[in-house]
Amino acid sequence: MTTAPGGAAPPLLRLQRAGFGYGERVVVRDVDLEVRRGERVAVLGSNGSGKTTLLRGLLGLAARTGGTVEVDGEPAPSRRSRRRTGYVPQAMTVGGGVPTTVREVVSTGRLPLRRPWVPARREDRAAVDAALEAVDMAEHAHEDVTELSGGQQRRVLIARALAAEPDLLVLDEPLAGVDAASALGLARTLAALAARDTTLLVVTHEVGPLADVVDRAVVLQHGRVVHDGPLVPELLGASDEALERLQEESRLRHQHVHHHEHETSPPPGWVSDHREHRPQPTADHPECHHPGTHHPETHRA
Amino acid sequence: MPEVLTYGFMVRALVAALLVGLAAPSVGVFLVQRRLSLIGDGMGHVALTGVALGLLTGTAPVPVALVVTVVAAAAVELLRRYGRTGGDVVLAVLFYGGIAGGVVLVARAGGSAATLNTYLFGAITTTTAEDLRVFAVLAAVVLVATFGLGRRLAAVSSDEEHARASGLPVMGLNLLLAVLTAVTVVLSMRVVGLLLISALMIVPVAVAQQLCRSFRSTTLLAMGVGTVTAVVGVLTSYYGDTPSGGTIVLYLIALFVVTAAGSALVRAARHRGHRRRHHLATPVGEQA
Repeated sequence: MTTAPGGAAPPLLRLQRAGFGYGERVVVRDVDLEVRRGERVAVLGSNGSGKTTLLRGLLGLAARTGGTVEVDGEPAPSRRSRRRTGYVPQAMTVGGGVPTTVREVVSTGRLPLRRPWVPARREDRAAVDAALEAVDMAEHAHEDVTELSGGQQRRVLIARALAAEPDLLVLDEPLAGVDAASALGLARTLAALAARDTTLLVVTHEVGPLADVVDRAVVLQHGRVVHDGPLVPELLGASDEALERLQEESRLRHQHVHHHEHETSPPPGWVSDHREHRPQPTADHPECHHPGTHHPETHRA
Repeated sequence: MPEVLTYGFMVRALVAALLVGLAAPSVGVFLVQRRLSLIGDGMGHVALTGVALGLLTGTAPVPVALVVTVVAAAAVELLRRYGRTGGDVVLAVLFYGGIAGGVVLVARAGGSAATLNTYLFGAITTTTAEDLRVFAVLAAVVLVATFGLGRRLAAVSSDEEHARASGLPVMGLNLLLAVLTAVTVVLSMRVVGLLLISALMIVPVAVAQQLCRSFRSTTLLAMGVGTVTAVVGVLTSYYGDTPSGGTIVLYLIALFVVTAAGSALVRAARHRGHRRRHHLATPVGEQA
């Protein structure tokens, strides 16, 4: 669970010039992204920016239209990569409404690791117990999931992903549609997971209470990455206007970068449209770190 | 020994009812969860074409119906996955094609309306010992599969996308469920008839849904409800001289109405109690 010195170990997740889409339509293109073990990365973007397609592409739910995707150095999605990646969808799908307990839902997360026809072993039950504990839902284990609040249902979905003991947890809009108190509670749960070195990739249109959890932000705009670096203050609101402004600044930086590199003061960590100007992560500082950068450690509780 | 058990045909009828009552809801619970409650009807219509094909070719109708229905079930699942046609349209085509094929083929085979009726509405007392052996094997296949792979089938039925993302063989499990549905339909056609088959898969689940909190308990209670109503229905049809299929389904519907009304009343009472407690707990000055 540690990064080898000098970056010798392959990153947990590596996308190289990856594109994803549906049928003929390419939604996300040329994405380069590396996520190392223990990192907590937020993928930000407004509606239509392609962040959901990127997530679905990583999970093999949207078609790859170009480039490569690797999980721990192996091409993905494969049976193995799917089992190492825990997916937390945005909302609980309750199907036709056959009553299902919290424990039953969480247990389904363990199925890919279990052999068919064979009853659950002790370690399977222990993994489910641990997952329920991790999201603080153990005392609700025997309740019907449809009777839970939205925030509690999200916890159940997180536990379902954790039951498979994944290396990477991918969350789709974990705070969308829950009240402020539940959002704070969920953020605390994710912070606790982060403290246990769980690698997180959170797709969200708003950082909100997750600011204390994530240590790196990737911003998508019109299907391309326009920022990959620390979570700068401009991103915290991440309203559509803020993102538009960021993109405009990115464009300006691209125009002026050769002549006015010292006069213009772009937000730190910006990716210009020229790949060669992209701040490269280093082994010591996996995220881009610039003097004066707002570093997440400084405001992590 | 009760008089009814002295007749061989009634003993066979009761055993057939027991098998169907157990097996049909064990598949139905996944169909309800997948919102495919009506697929059993479509399969029943296709089974009619299979039966007619058996009559036309002079082969035993049950095995032919089994082959035709299993092939159709697999085709529907593949069309749903890879075709450009919506799932409900595929189902509609199945309904029409199955009935049309059945009616035409039965007529060609020289069958009468009476022959057609025994399959459409069930003729449990005509169950032969050979039928019973086939039904026992089919019921065993269905029960072993739904219990051995129940968690996987439930996972795919509840959240197909998550199942796919986590690496479960979604297509295979969907195909398995389609085949199990086809097998159950053929198994049930003597007891309740092709037009009422779906009822025995779905209504026991609808009853159990009102009373249970877990998937497992819902499945087990639905199987209990299916078995009791099937056996009681067959006995009632013997003493009351009514068709067995319709009698079983009417019992199921009555149970559903009672449990649905009962659970609605309980929910309303709980809600009132909750409001009253809230009212008492709120200081006078803070009440709106």
